[in-house]
Amino acid sequence: MLIAVPRESVAGETRVAATPVTVRQLVGLGYEVLVESGAGTSSAFTDEAYEEAGARLGTAAQVWAADVILKVNKPDEAEVQALRDGAVLIAMLSPALNPDLIAALAERPVTALAMDAVPRISRAQSMDVLSSMANIAGYRAVVESAHEFGRFFTGQVTAAGKVPPAKVLVAGAGVAGLAAIGAASSLGAIVRATDPRPEVADQVRSLGGEYLPVVVEEEAQASTDGYAKATSDRYDEAAAKLYAQQAADVDIIITTALVPGRPAPRLITAADVSAMRPGSVIVDMAAAQGGNVEGSIAGQRVVTANGVTILGYTDLAGRLPAQASQLYGTNVVNLIKLLTPSKDGQLVLDLDDVVQRSMTVVRAKDGVGEVLWPPPPVQVSARPGGSLQQAPAARPEPKPARPPMRAAARVASVLTAIAAFGLVDAFAPDPVPRHFTVLMLAIVIGYYVIGKVAHALHTPLMSVTNAVSGVIVVGALLQVGTDDRLIQILAGTAILLASINIFGGFAVTHRMLAMFTTDKPAAKPAKEA
Amino acid sequence: MSAGSIATAAYTVASLLFILSLAGLSKHTSAKHGWTYGVAGMAIALAATIGLTVHDSPVRGTAVAFLVIAVLAGAAIGLWRARVVRMTGMPELIALLHSFVGLAAVLVGWASYLEVEQNGSGEAGGFTGSLLRIHHAEVFIGVFIGAVTFTGSIVANLKLSARIKSSPLMLPGKNMLNVGALVLFAVLTVVFVGHPSLWAIVTVTVLALALGWHLVVSIGGGDMPVVVSMLNSYSGWAAAASGFLLDNDLLIVTGALVGSSGAYLSYLMCTAMNRSFLSVISGGFGLEAPGGGEKEYGEHRETSVGETASMLADASTVVITPGYGMAVAQAQYPVAELVRTLRERGVDVRFAVHPVAGRLPGHMNVLLAEAKVPYDIVLEMDEINDDLATTDVVLVIGANDTVNPAAADDPTSPIAGMPVLRVWEAAHVVVFKRSMATGYAGVQNPLFFRDNTQMLFGDARTQVEHILHALASAGTTARTGREAELDPVP
Repeated sequence: MLIAVPRESVAGETRVAATPVTVRQLVGLGYEVLVESGAGTSSAFTDEAYEEAGARLGTAAQVWAADVILKVNKPDEAEVQALRDGAVLIAMLSPALNPDLIAALAERPVTALAMDAVPRISRAQSMDVLSSMANIAGYRAVVESAHEFGRFFTGQVTAAGKVPPAKVLVAGAGVAGLAAIGAASSLGAIVRATDPRPEVADQVRSLGGEYLPVVVEEEAQASTDGYAKATSDRYDEAAAKLYAQQAADVDIIITTALVPGRPAPRLITAADVSAMRPGSVIVDMAAAQGGNVEGSIAGQRVVTANGVTILGYTDLAGRLPAQASQLYGTNVVNLIKLLTPSKDGQLVLDLDDVVQRSMTVVRAKDGVGEVLWPPPPVQVSARPGGSLQQAPAARPEPKPARPPMRAAARVASVLTAIAAFGLVDAFAPDPVPRHFTVLMLAIVIGYYVIGKVAHALHTPLMSVTNAVSGVIVVGALLQVGTDDRLIQILAGTAILLASINIFGGFAVTHRMLAMFTTDKPAAKPAKEA
Repeated sequence: MSAGSIATAAYTVASLLFILSLAGLSKHTSAKHGWTYGVAGMAIALAATIGLTVHDSPVRGTAVAFLVIAVLAGAAIGLWRARVVRMTGMPELIALLHSFVGLAAVLVGWASYLEVEQNGSGEAGGFTGSLLRIHHAEVFIGVFIGAVTFTGSIVANLKLSARIKSSPLMLPGKNMLNVGALVLFAVLTVVFVGHPSLWAIVTVTVLALALGWHLVVSIGGGDMPVVVSMLNSYSGWAAAASGFLLDNDLLIVTGALVGSSGAYLSYLMCTAMNRSFLSVISGGFGLEAPGGGEKEYGEHRETSVGETASMLADASTVVITPGYGMAVAQAQYPVAELVRTLRERGVDVRFAVHPVAGRLPGHMNVLLAEAKVPYDIVLEMDEINDDLATTDVVLVIGANDTVNPAAADDPTSPIAGMPVLRVWEAAHVVVFKRSMATGYAGVQNPLFFRDNTQMLFGDARTQVEHILHALASAGTTARTGREAELDPVP
């Protein structure tokens, strides 16, 4: 089949849906590839490079007549008309926002797959363009802010004086937010991040940021679809307070908060902006969806009266064209791989596969276009907890994790246990309480002594404790001294068994320990024990 | 200063040495000291007790004869077994040794019963009134714990050495059986404390033997590491119970040390496997049989030794995830050799060890140590999991369930939620496997059907040796066009 890559028609678009590297992979899957000449120019991929990778060059007319069209942006009306009947179109179609386009595609009819409708399950990650674009955009947001910001990011002590490090607040720790946190902290800034999902705290920390929780008495947000949800009023109130505090303190704010299917939440008010120092920079990555920041304008750079620059760029990913094209192209290739199960250049759409079903918004079959949007909901695998409503309802649901005991309940149960023990002890006749004391202390010691055992030493430890438990021989030894022959035989047998245990256990442990070695001579344990 | 007070002092010293021994064993650097403390403690305890017995015994001659013969025979057998056991057979041996402690505890309990209750030497031994009744209870409890440990360990040994099926036995109403046995035990204890009789102690011994068997036989092979560690704990409690019985603090201290450390170790392992501790120690309590439902996973791809060798030669980072299969195939030596070869070529090679890889906690570490792999490149799951995404090649050698993506992806999978090594995030995965059979948990592994996974079938040991061979011959032609030499079309 013929796969074609047209030049993007939207003004300002720098990306292209295939690069020489991905073209080579497509050819490897058995496809013929046609690239519109000049398609990769803005991403610095020359026509020659495409040809070298195995593609043919063609005109717009030739390209639009192909079997499969790979695009970045949604097609305009003329392009929809230029499509061949029954062709397959793969692009970012935003089906939820463009019902007219979907209807037009169904009328043609063509089969259309939306790259931005990939379900968020592990298997589909390699096709998730939203993630790969968000990653680039997050990085670029930091670069743009650094460009506007009149100071260093990193703190320095120089002969010309001390420079404090820049403070960056990232609102929303999704893919874009995390990329921004990583980029800003690697430039040396102090990075803080907020997010309504407490489970991202570790991810924030892993990239060098500090997670600022919004403290509010309510159930933690458990995300069932991998995206952040709209938050409650009380949460918003607490968050607003946090943002007001942070705005007065930080130099740079990068907002990434998006809720699917809704306008972007307003996080930073005009009052917060006016509280910032002159020269501060805000990058509103949600400007296209209405903006997280009051006063941001989509696609524009705005400077407020108090000298704060607000960037509302909507093409952040496109500002890294070569990178964005490469990642987009790879996502597309991964989709094509999925659609080409026998790797023979024949595209096969399998609607029983949840990934393909989710992405297919229109299917052309026998000259009739069928709209398949919206797809049935898909539960993501990366579920942080909470209840499950899974698609195959017949299967038993995994048991939910039992909530940990409350501190008070825990203390109470420990106290009850100790009191009960004390009571038993108080009523027992003489040697028994003494034994209990010894027993309890030994249990506690055993617990603490073992607490920090290295995983690799589990087996030697176990075999030593096994040898040590052979101490039961002491009991048998005490009994062997009686003058009853039967008892002597029983005790003698016990001594035999326990001795096997003691000698065998210690000997085998010694063998094991002698084997543990390391490369570093410094860390070498004493040669012979 | 009497013989008794010398023995008491010796017991205190021995207890301290045992504590130091366990503490030492928690760290690599002090592990060998820990061993020495343990041996010293045991020597002192033995010497003191033997001295005491010989000093007090009315029948010195026979007692010494029994004692010497039994200790020497036990020592000979123990040392011989320890010398000849293969490191891969370690789990079985340890389970067997546990059973000895259990049986010894039963014998001690019986002997004490005969001595005090049967022969009526209670008054002579200072047991009067309530103390005598407490002694009845102690005998009973000691025998019970010992017998459970004994049969439990025997079953664990048989399962580990593959002499019986490792899959869990699912008797109908097995939870009720366990609970019923415990209730019966409680009732019998009360009866025995009132009227110590031979039939009661015989019944409880049989009951405990059956319970021990049932507890372990209904636990699946995958949980065996926890079971072995749990039996270790039980053997400690058995010793502690004997200590109560014989009024001996050394037994109590040591038994409690072993018991609580073993229990904590099992708990740590259960957390690592996302299993409920209570459910495992009570014999698979509340576990359900895995739901069937075969799924279509697509086709797996096979690779060849040559391809794997060239892939390794071109990689800059390699992670090896060993599993029980490596132990079975005795592949640790060639694997270690492979690691050395690759590291000499400047490849960054590390091991990723899942907490429950193998059949014993730390099993893989022991095998790798045996083959002289430096322990600082052997990493735990949590240390290495995040690095797997940037790894060029992952070699999965005899591991299956511990690298199963279904645990992370598929909420309906029987192993859902178990933390696993995310090997599928690496650029290439080569799985060494004997066939396409499922792993211990009986779950199909979608890893084998992923696009970046290739299967290398056959005995892990011979395959690794062949790779070594291919790498060695490639070394000589490395500068002249290796690919052409090395790529026999599969």
